[in-house]
Amino acid sequence: MRGWRRARLTGRTKQTATGRTLVFEVPRWPGHRPGQHVDVRLTAADGYQAVRSYSLAAPADGERVELGVQAAPGGEVSPYLADDLPVGAEVEVTGPLGGWFVWTPQEAGPLLLLAGGSGIVPLMAMVRARLASPSDEPCTLLHSVRSPDDVWYAAELDAAAAARHVRVRHLWTRAAPEGAARPVGRLTGADLRDLPPPADCRCFVCGPTGFVEHAGDLLLAAGYAPGRIRTERFG
Amino acid sequence: MNEHDEHPLHLDGNALAGPLGEVFLVDPTTAWRRCPSCLRPSTLAELHVYGPEPGLTARCPGCAAVALRVVTQPGHLWLQLGGGAGAFRFSRPRIMP
Ligand SMILES: Cc1cc2nc3c(=O)[nH]c(=O)nc-3n(C[C@H](O)[C@H](O)[C@H](O)COP(=O)(O)OP(=O)(O)OC[C@H]3O[C@@H](n4cnc5c(N)ncnc54)[C@H](O)[C@@H]3O)c2cc1C
Ligand SMILES: [Zn+2]
Repeated sequence: MRGWRRARLTGRTKQTATGRTLVFEVPRWPGHRPGQHVDVRLTAADGYQAVRSYSLAAPADGERVELGVQAAPGGEVSPYLADDLPVGAEVEVTGPLGGWFVWTPQEAGPLLLLAGGSGIVPLMAMVRARLASPSDEPCTLLHSVRSPDDVWYAAELDAAAAARHVRVRHLWTRAAPEGAARPVGRLTGADLRDLPPPADCRCFVCGPTGFVEHAGDLLLAAGYAPGRIRTERFG
Repeated sequence: MNEHDEHPLHLDGNALAGPLGEVFLVDPTTAWRRCPSCLRPSTLAELHVYGPEPGLTARCPGCAAVALRVVTQPGHLWLQLGGGAGAFRFSRPRIMP
């Protein structure tokens, strides 16, 4: 029993060639928890409507709502949001949605975040919430991306990794920077070695369906309990 | 090959938070159930969701038995719980932007 709210685009930042951060102002936004998403609704002049889900990229911050959109080739909604919706224009959003793929800094224990491509978006909200909290529990982010050009939040994550008990590791699947020790390729069991011990660790996995499927299997094989792994497939 | 194998790409039940949120008063994605076919427990968020056409179908992650279907039309939302149980038709508020 929720309604739709108007959301005005106030800013757009280029993250990668096809990835954008969009900031909206949503009057009377009730707040949300890291990991939650919104549904965005676009209405054409003839009344045709399209609805898609987008994750909240930052912890609650008043009426400011940040999303991350990856333009899918030939997609109906994402290329429009990524590049064509003018700053100052409005869309509608409903949310915050979902109480399952959620983490809050009050929870004790280490955190393991596995992101494939734009799957970084909801996990970034968790990293940011973790950085803003006084906790020094370990937080590890493994981000699987094609190449150094496909890294989201690069400067912010570099700073985070240097400053706190946050570890950020990029796994290059097609092209690595000069001198990278790990061979280029998809996530493997070897990438999960030297991570927080499975017993008390909570795992969040997000990205394209194929990535989530594969990463989930590797976590189970590495001894992480099914009950401590939460997934969000982007499709 | 069953219906499950023909559509290997699926979302999580988490993606139903928006559509079902139109007719549920509390977040439905943390609701728990046990599959009557294979007895596997799961939350709604853990179901495998196929679609979007002809509607979103949520299946047991263990045995692919249908847990629910939801079809959203401009004026109505149809919700079927389980397979072959008939569908409930909810009226959707018509709020034009
Ligand atoms: C809970 C949830 C949270 C999500 N959060 C985010 C988020 O934070 N950021 C984000 O960018 N997306 C997110 N998504 C995905 C998003 O909702 C859309 O599915 C996505 O933006 C594509 O929509 P579209 O209208 O552009 O494409 P559509 O017109 O819906 O077309 C999608 C079609 O294109 C295919 N397709 C999609 N991507 C590709 C590709 N790269 N190459 C080839 N074919 C492709 C699909 O299989 C599908 O058939 C989320 C999805 C869910 C369920
Ligand atoms: Zn089952």
